[in-house]
Amino acid sequence: MVVFHVHRIAQRLNHSTLSSVLLHDSGHVSLLKMGSSRSINTAAKFRTWGLLPSNCSNVTSPCTSRTSYGPLSRYQIFLGLRHNEYCTTPGNGEKQTISVTFVDKDGEEKQIKVPVGMSLLEAAHENDIELEGACEGSLACSTCHVIVMDVDYYNKLEDPTDEENDMLDLAFGLTETSRLGCQVIAKPELDGIRVALPAATRNFAVDGFKPKPH
Amino acid sequence: MALSRALSFYRSFSTVPSQSLRVCIVGSGPAGFYTADKILKAHEGAEVDIVDRLPTPFGLVRSGVAPDHPETKVVTNQFSRVAQNGHCSFIGNVSLGSSISLAELRELYDAVVLSYGAESDQALGIPGEELAGIYAAREFVWWYNGHPDCRNLAPDLKSSDTAVIIGQGNVALDVARILLRPTAELATTDISCHALAALGESSIRKVYLVGRRGPAQAAFTAKELREVLRIKDLSIEIRQEDLSKTPADEEELKNNRIKRRIHELLSKAATPATSICSPGQKELHFVFFRKPDRFLESDCRNGYIAGLRMERTILKEDVGSGKQIAVGTGLFAEMECGLVLKSVGYKSIPVDGLPFDHHKGVVPNVQGRVLSEAYGDAQVEKGLYVCGWLKRGPTGIIATNLYCAEETQVASISEDVLRGAVTSRSGLSKPGREGLLQLLDSRNVKVVTFGGWEKIDNEEKRRGSLKNKPREKLTTWQDLLEVATK
Repeated sequence: MVVFHVHRIAQRLNHSTLSSVLLHDSGHVSLLKMGSSRSINTAAKFRTWGLLPSNCSNVTSPCTSRTSYGPLSRYQIFLGLRHNEYCTTPGNGEKQTISVTFVDKDGEEKQIKVPVGMSLLEAAHENDIELEGACEGSLACSTCHVIVMDVDYYNKLEDPTDEENDMLDLAFGLTETSRLGCQVIAKPELDGIRVALPAATRNFAVDGFKPKPH
Repeated sequence: MALSRALSFYRSFSTVPSQSLRVCIVGSGPAGFYTADKILKAHEGAEVDIVDRLPTPFGLVRSGVAPDHPETKVVTNQFSRVAQNGHCSFIGNVSLGSSISLAELRELYDAVVLSYGAESDQALGIPGEELAGIYAAREFVWWYNGHPDCRNLAPDLKSSDTAVIIGQGNVALDVARILLRPTAELATTDISCHALAALGESSIRKVYLVGRRGPAQAAFTAKELREVLRIKDLSIEIRQEDLSKTPADEEELKNNRIKRRIHELLSKAATPATSICSPGQKELHFVFFRKPDRFLESDCRNGYIAGLRMERTILKEDVGSGKQIAVGTGLFAEMECGLVLKSVGYKSIPVDGLPFDHHKGVVPNVQGRVLSEAYGDAQVEKGLYVCGWLKRGPTGIIATNLYCAEETQVASISEDVLRGAVTSRSGLSKPGREGLLQLLDSRNVKVVTFGGWEKIDNEEKRRGSLKNKPREKLTTWQDLLEVATK
């Protein structure tokens, strides 16, 4: 792995809390945040050509992203939470993928292929699926809330941590099989999983809780 | 939808590009930015201007979110991308009501969306409230977050060891945490340096969080409570007897996941530990079933607070709403303190020409369309909308505005555009941004663009890097405007 100081890259990405970039053999790029109280490793896929020196022998192929970069695109760069960040795949460029279906609030379905190890939030953004991610995967919001449509798949997921449950508390349209999309990481057992994006609720009530009048 | 697509298809080939929808959003916090984002996505060619009275955007994300919660501020990345959209302009240092009137804005734009939030406070309405040493929590938060309006608040943190916070929501927990956290931990956040210095010399050791109802009714949420319970070297005091649940409490908790988890956390924290309170150790007391009755003036410091009198309460069911409300028992007790922070809710401020419901503290509206009256025979005000706290009252989280903006934009603005209820029938387009900037220029108003904010942003980061902080905020109007317009 090759380590770079990223002030120049950080400028380009408009993210000044980056402290360094790690380039994996597989072509993935990891960006480490500086000064975060949690040890968050964030990963991004972005166009790397032009950003890295040409003599860098570790770049097997530039990372490409299928996210559109039009003027109205919500995310130029997407930073997502990912576990096991330093686990580099030993040499093989092939990544196992699983099939995930997103069902939007109007009932429209979109089936995508998600590489094992990627979060559903990141996968959604790579495929132009409208899943908000206000805190960009740092467990500080509930906007990437998804509903796992099949309880069998829900049970295959690891239990949410206290931190995730704290954020789920505030999610709109919370259900028994709700999770945060940034915390659901693709693994082979989840192949075929279907998740629904919650409909925008009319009365902002969570779980029967009505906001207190002041 | 097909009609509006046809219209915009026609417009995109029109030789008069100014036929596009022109919207002005007043207030650049989450409500304003989520609304702008949705309008830009739904209406091809729309021009959206976001006006703010501050030179800096982002509203409470910048001035309300606590310094030790940087992840919550990440959403500004998304907002920045909206502002950098070619069809969007941030217009800072422009105050609705003084730089420009609402009537003038409605003349200049097809649609005006008011999302300027709630910059005032609920009063307790009890004797002694004007004594020095009593602040709204909002003022204290603005002070440590470097808001230029509270730069010179100068709260006295040195004459007493006790602070009382009235209210038990997340803002109350925020201010308690900032008062009690070791300052070494705050030194690497974006807390303003004048606050850091004052907190470094603070003699406050005991903080009381006072609520008139019980743990089952407390308004804070789990993440914030968990965080405050984990502060280093802090002794947590909760009375066991306050935690017993009545059948009415059980009923309330049964249907409410948030409150259930809060009650569990509080119960765990109340387990008596065999810890010995060393002198000077910091303490956080959760005080339930106490209503502030009056503030007591100091005998030696004229006009300054010395303590407060509280009345014990019990809960009774309110016949009208079915909720449990606090009722006084006639039993009083007094306690000493040198600082009081009132965290009992914000309040919106009306402007000239804006219908206002003084009872609820919001602009009367239906799904974001402003109504001419709060009660009685109200008509819809053409081209005028609200979003965020000004629409719903000061409740909810940042994400609440996502859904609020969706409602105002989709259910109201888009529908009105489709029906032709927004743009003028004569076909003459509104002056929009050009008109606004011309008018402001004629009044010598120094506008701050998003580029100007970026200069402030870069300067703050530069100053912060010298002190191992993510940023060192510019905290006076003079500094902000100087850097923004150089």
